[in-house]
Amino acid sequence: MFDGRDPLYVQIADQIRNDVLSGALQAEEQVMSTTQYATTFRINPATAAKAFAELVDEGVVYKRRGVGMFVAPGAREKLRAERRESFFADVVDPVLEQARLLGIDVDEVVARLRERADHAGRAAHPDPTPQAGAR
Amino acid sequence: MTGFAVQVRDLTVRYGSTVALDNVSFDLRPGVITGLLGRNGSGKTTFLSVAAAFRRATSGAVLVDGEDPWENARVMGGTCLVRESGDVLLDEPITENLGFLEQRRPTFDRTAAETLLEVLEIDPSKRPDKLSRGQRSAFGVVVGVATRAPLTLLDEVHLGMDAPARYAFYDALLADWIEHPRTIVLSSHLIGEVERLLEDVVILDHGQVLAADDAATLREQGLTVTGPADAVDTFVAGRRVVARQALGRTAQATVIGSVPDDGARARAAGLELGAVGLQDLFVHLTGHPAADDTARADTLTPQESR
Repeated sequence: MFDGRDPLYVQIADQIRNDVLSGALQAEEQVMSTTQYATTFRINPATAAKAFAELVDEGVVYKRRGVGMFVAPGAREKLRAERRESFFADVVDPVLEQARLLGIDVDEVVARLRERADHAGRAAHPDPTPQAGAR
Repeated sequence: MTGFAVQVRDLTVRYGSTVALDNVSFDLRPGVITGLLGRNGSGKTTFLSVAAAFRRATSGAVLVDGEDPWENARVMGGTCLVRESGDVLLDEPITENLGFLEQRRPTFDRTAAETLLEVLEIDPSKRPDKLSRGQRSAFGVVVGVATRAPLTLLDEVHLGMDAPARYAFYDALLADWIEHPRTIVLSSHLIGEVERLLEDVVILDHGQVLAADDAATLREQGLTVTGPADAVDTFVAGRRVVARQALGRTAQATVIGSVPDDGARARAAGLELGAVGLQDLFVHLTGHPAADDTARADTLTPQESR
């Protein structure tokens, strides 16, 4: 864990952001303390504290004096909105760049996305009629 | 108790014609775990010996908690230096050693020591000189941690300890320090292993300070730039390049000193940026293929290390 190239505190903050995004950490749920982080991952508490300070600044978590850190209400929605904004630049654009490099037509990429989306849609909402549900 | 602060001012130590420390100045923040890194013969042990009043400075000063430690009972009562040898009574059983420490060290916690001995699987009825090298080192670690001195200096204490014992030591040190914050200096070669424990880092080389800063800031100083060779060269032009590799038309340069808009500029030029670990940074800064002059030129300037 935490072997990436980003500074450790950035990785810790990212992990908590992802947990909030996925719902693994719910609003008003208590987050591990800097001390727990430090002893669990064998890191200096100052590093963990730096990650938490960043998350407090962003309004993802908030501090209850003497109790600990908690996920802020609305943190998930806020993170989602931010990630949505950067989604096209960070995720879609590199896909197109790769496709261009490999000589894959944009239409092929779009067709693939459609196909996968339909598939995922069927898996999430199984069609009650038997012929559509057959794979 | 948050631990002693240490101020090092223009400290020079000579052994005959050998200059072990050459006019060095830096601070150790109280209550912080600082890594003291340097190659063999860089002056680490000499500095720790002066701070612990085992040795006198040739010139300059070390102030521990604001005072000269030399023959200073108050400051020495709060300073604990553990060297590779363990600094214990070698020919007395460990239980006797613990009793001795209990008498001499007001902050020594015998229960903590006994718990640690168990964790590190050391038989307390044995004499230190009958232990294996790794276990003797481990006993030194027990003494260093359980003494809970406001200034705890651990000089390569992990030598001879195997990996599981070292990790047990790191865990114990961190847990104990969280409960009882104090100033800890950890000198080590195993940078990769200890770097996450460190809040501050001092790098010594040939008796001089190469860098003294918080670990995160230091780590952010190193940057690798990878991409088409000419784009890399344009990007790093005018900057301090400590390493450059080329593979076909792709090149990777390691530079010291990052600039705020590096990320945007790299993206625009189709280059990939990477971080340089503390260990690699250390190797780049202290490995001197050429003469001593290049080593001195490698010192981080104040702007770079900020």
